[in-house]
Amino acid sequence: MAGFLIKRFLQAVFVVFVVTLTVSYAIRFTGDPALMLAQGAGSVTEADLVRIREGLGLNQPFLAQYYDFITGMFRLDFGRSFMGGTPVSQLIASALPATMLLAFASLIVSIAISIPLGIRAAVARGKWADQTIRILSLVGLSFPNFWLAIMLVLLFSIVLKWLPPSGMDGFASFIMPALTMGIILTATNVRLVRTAMLETLQSQYIMVARAKGLSESKVLYKHALRNCAIPLITYFGLQFGGLLGGIVVVELVFNWPGMGTLAFDAVASRDYPVLQAVITVLSLMIVGVNLLVDIAYGLVDPRIRTE
Amino acid sequence: MTSKASSTRFARFRNLEFILGALLTGGICLAVLFSGVLFPGGVDKIDLMARLTPPFVNWAHPLGTDPLGRDVLARVVAGGKISLLVGLTSVAGAVVLGVVMGLVSGYYRGFWDMLVMRFADVQLALPFILLAITFIAIVGGGLTNTIILLIVSQWVQYARLVRGSVLSLREREFIQSARAIGVRDYKILFQHLLPNLIGPVIVLMTLNVANNILLESSLTFLGLGVDPLIPSWGGMLADGRTYLQNAWWVSVFPGLAILLTVLGLNLLGDWLRDSLDPTGRTSR
Repeated sequence: MAGFLIKRFLQAVFVVFVVTLTVSYAIRFTGDPALMLAQGAGSVTEADLVRIREGLGLNQPFLAQYYDFITGMFRLDFGRSFMGGTPVSQLIASALPATMLLAFASLIVSIAISIPLGIRAAVARGKWADQTIRILSLVGLSFPNFWLAIMLVLLFSIVLKWLPPSGMDGFASFIMPALTMGIILTATNVRLVRTAMLETLQSQYIMVARAKGLSESKVLYKHALRNCAIPLITYFGLQFGGLLGGIVVVELVFNWPGMGTLAFDAVASRDYPVLQAVITVLSLMIVGVNLLVDIAYGLVDPRIRTE
Repeated sequence: MTSKASSTRFARFRNLEFILGALLTGGICLAVLFSGVLFPGGVDKIDLMARLTPPFVNWAHPLGTDPLGRDVLARVVAGGKISLLVGLTSVAGAVVLGVVMGLVSGYYRGFWDMLVMRFADVQLALPFILLAITFIAIVGGGLTNTIILLIVSQWVQYARLVRGSVLSLREREFIQSARAIGVRDYKILFQHLLPNLIGPVIVLMTLNVANNILLESSLTFLGLGVDPLIPSWGGMLADGRTYLQNAWWVSVFPGLAILLTVLGLNLLGDWLRDSLDPTGRTSR
């Protein structure tokens, strides 16, 4: 077990190392930050630029800069935004909770829809209910998430005037963004639930539970669902990366003050410390969640460790 | 008895899935191919007198017009060109790169194999959209860069898939005997191994053409993809969003086009997966 943990942990560290190294190196090709900082400051001399570069530590070799970035990261110091000089960590601290709340809400929506539908499909295997759910899940997979978001705005904000079209302000503002991502996630999750349930429903303890005369809902939701909970939690955990990626896009449609909007504004204004920090933080989180899922799974199912 | 009845029903459903998928995909491909014949007026003809005509009123513009009075139907069909072009070329590029890498790393193992697989780990940690934002921020948007980006982000999937199959196939007798009689390595890779593992690759290709059409349209929607002056579904949606309040059709129809195209390809991919692999081993 210790060997598995160490190996998995080292792999995660390696991934973080490569991602941060690549991002910091690549961002250097986007232009001279000193020039961007000096923009709008009137007449700028070469001496000014040199001073700005020294101030930012840009005159040091790349590896020294990378070292500074990494050590800064451990102190939660990601430098300052080019726009207004706000500490990047402060921007992240306000955007990250907004994104995480949305991710959490989407996951809840998706679980609430996909578990009953997936179970229904598994029970009715090969029958019309199963086929209908299968087609619906394919339709869900084919939706562009941003278009789904626009269509929800059209329906609920413009035609029915029930929900606010954008921003994050109270419960009502969560409904459409969470529904958008929830529906997209449900398309894959229904199939996962169905597959997991099909396997479970064939086991003997389900036959025993039925033979005991338990009600069908008790058999399905209490005995079967609990037994396929572990693989399902793993799948949901592994989706975390895709979920965050989707949210980044959906945030823009709803003007949601999260990491996606932050990253996108940073690209538009060439605010690279912010962009670098957003990408680093999000990939750290994804690697972290994947690591946790793997470890949890390895603890529960010994066969994984030896793979 | 019941199982037999349900299995014929299942087969009938499978056929339905194929017919629906083929009709959607085929219809859209034909419309795009013959867009020049269908809309001789061109897609960029501006008619300010007819701007924002609603759909289904004027049969000169069945799906209405956009804020510049351009025909929405003509532009939706023309936009399909970009989507299909990006979808097909990016998948072709990723397949060639990924299959070669997967064959080589699975067959020779060793350092090269480790490098490819660790690279795959790194890519899995980075959601596509973040990779895209970084990539586009550095090299800029445009059609070619979008295609390159999709290839870079997807070849790994094929490499992993192919490598997995090669690992088990290389121990089989027919490969061992081919080696024993001195068949050259490149022949073993491309004539003996490749035909035996191409099935799942084709399924993944179909699904990825669909997926890449989605990705391209979201990139273009965000202003990171193809040039906004070229008619494309993502670009039309980005324009149309501003007019959502009073001209819903400008945003509804391009999105519907994406949905139907991707759905058609997904139906085909799903059907293909079950036909090539009835036991469902590769089902996700």
